[in-house]
Amino acid sequence: MIGLVDCNNFYASCERVFKPHLKKKPIIVLSNNDGCVIARSNEAKALGIKMGEPAFKIKKLIAKNKVSVFSTNFALYGDLSHRVMETLKTEFNRFEIYSIDEAFLDFSALTSIDRAIFVRNKIRQWTGIPVSIGIAPTKTLAKIANHIAKNYTKKGVFILNNETNIKRALSTFQVEDLWGIGKRSAYKLKKLGIKTALDFKNAETTCVKYNLSINGTHIQRELKGEQCYELKTHQSRKKSISTTRSFAKETKNYNLIKEAVSNFANNCAIKLRNEKSCCSKLTVFLMTNFYKTNIKQHHPKITLFFSTATNDSLEISSMAIKALNTIYKVNCAYKKAGVIVHQIKPEKEVQISLFNKIDRKKRNNLMQSVDKINIIMGRNKVRLASQGYEKNWELKKKQLSPCYTTQIKDILTIQI
Amino acid sequence: MKLKSIYKTKTLELYASENSTTLNMPYFENGVSAGFPSPAEDHTQSKIDLNNLLIENPSATYYVRVNGDSMLGAGIVNGDLLIVDRSIEVTNNCIVVAHVDGEFTVKRIKKVKKKTFLQAENNNYKPIEITKEMDFELFGVVAHAIHHFV
Repeated sequence: MIGLVDCNNFYASCERVFKPHLKKKPIIVLSNNDGCVIARSNEAKALGIKMGEPAFKIKKLIAKNKVSVFSTNFALYGDLSHRVMETLKTEFNRFEIYSIDEAFLDFSALTSIDRAIFVRNKIRQWTGIPVSIGIAPTKTLAKIANHIAKNYTKKGVFILNNETNIKRALSTFQVEDLWGIGKRSAYKLKKLGIKTALDFKNAETTCVKYNLSINGTHIQRELKGEQCYELKTHQSRKKSISTTRSFAKETKNYNLIKEAVSNFANNCAIKLRNEKSCCSKLTVFLMTNFYKTNIKQHHPKITLFFSTATNDSLEISSMAIKALNTIYKVNCAYKKAGVIVHQIKPEKEVQISLFNKIDRKKRNNLMQSVDKINIIMGRNKVRLASQGYEKNWELKKKQLSPCYTTQIKDILTIQI
Repeated sequence: MKLKSIYKTKTLELYASENSTTLNMPYFENGVSAGFPSPAEDHTQSKIDLNNLLIENPSATYYVRVNGDSMLGAGIVNGDLLIVDRSIEVTNNCIVVAHVDGEFTVKRIKKVKKKTFLQAENNNYKPIEITKEMDFELFGVVAHAIHHFV
């Protein structure tokens, strides 16, 4: 049996751990740049606040109902996510971290409601985060079991294990809510009269294969209780690493954009070094504000290659600036930029090009020293000159909560 | 390391190295030198790690700074750093971080007959009885207090 543990309203719950007085009060978390709603507590959902809603549109609703508003604090959410996963590690030998707030568990040996409740309570006590656990024979069914656990049970755990309760659950579960079924697939299926997960399970296999390709048939088999997606207990090397951000304001200022791109490139290089990987391809893109139809639109993108795969900040950053220079247009007001590195391979397997001019060993030592200093002294204390100092491009984060668990200056202070 | 021929002409042959295996070389902590070996070599131990000593359960451990003198008697002084372990079961007499009516506090748990109190360690403060009407939530058990002298 496979279990899916999913944190309830994860970002909102993280904010609550250190602000218990917000229990049972509406909370929303806004996206980068304090733009749209990306997380809601149950109370905020009940007020009718929708996912993705722009914050300025619901200003009155927020004021009237005293909704607590937070900027995304990924340092806090990342740390609490790690704590949840580490707590799971004390109970399960085999599990797969699926996202920041979800993990699949190998429940094979001991499947019982009591054990699930025990795990749920343990996570709650150790980390302060409430979770729901759904257990079923396959991942797809575990997703459904979790949905039931979260919405229709008091204890927050549910086991989907026999024909009758699976049938009952599937008959009310909409096909578009199924794991792995996208909007377009759901649209196709509805046209064919397939509305619920049960309809989908009972549909002709040939018809499913014709309309949704092989993935559709996998989902169908999973609904029938046959495992197609196994637990992935090893994390595979990432295929690409990206850093992309919206700017605080649209800008035509080349220097500002250059600083931002240099920062993004450096960020990618750090991520590569953390994974002991190197990349041989780099993409830089720019975007003007898509929603403003009255301004000149420009969405350029370019990919460049390294002759020797690298994770060196200087090389990656100067390549990114070279890429930027070829796509940047003077008259466009850009809203967003990004750096993506791909063709990633392990450091050890890098073949040095015939035309290599850099003393790679020396540079490697330099990067390691920089990383060491920055771990102790704080992020970007030692940096490239091209990264600049002011970070004027950086996002607005007016409602940021303290980094209670990752910054000593931000830890909880109590008056006793 | 093995070599595998991947390309061959009359004049040259190219090889790819196969790096999946490693050969372990003997490792000498003090380097290899001709002098007398350090007599302490066999007795080196790993260094003392405060994390190991103070933190049983990293995923359940949180840090808290305190202001105030209500816990002086327990050795918690203004400005101390507390190490709070949420995985420890709360029992009578342990010191806890709790959230009471909208505010965090640090006090000792005292059970007297059927009543539970949050007790300060300073005569200027009265014990607080925990009642059902209160908005009360435990945050965690205070495992250690770190006091800075310099």
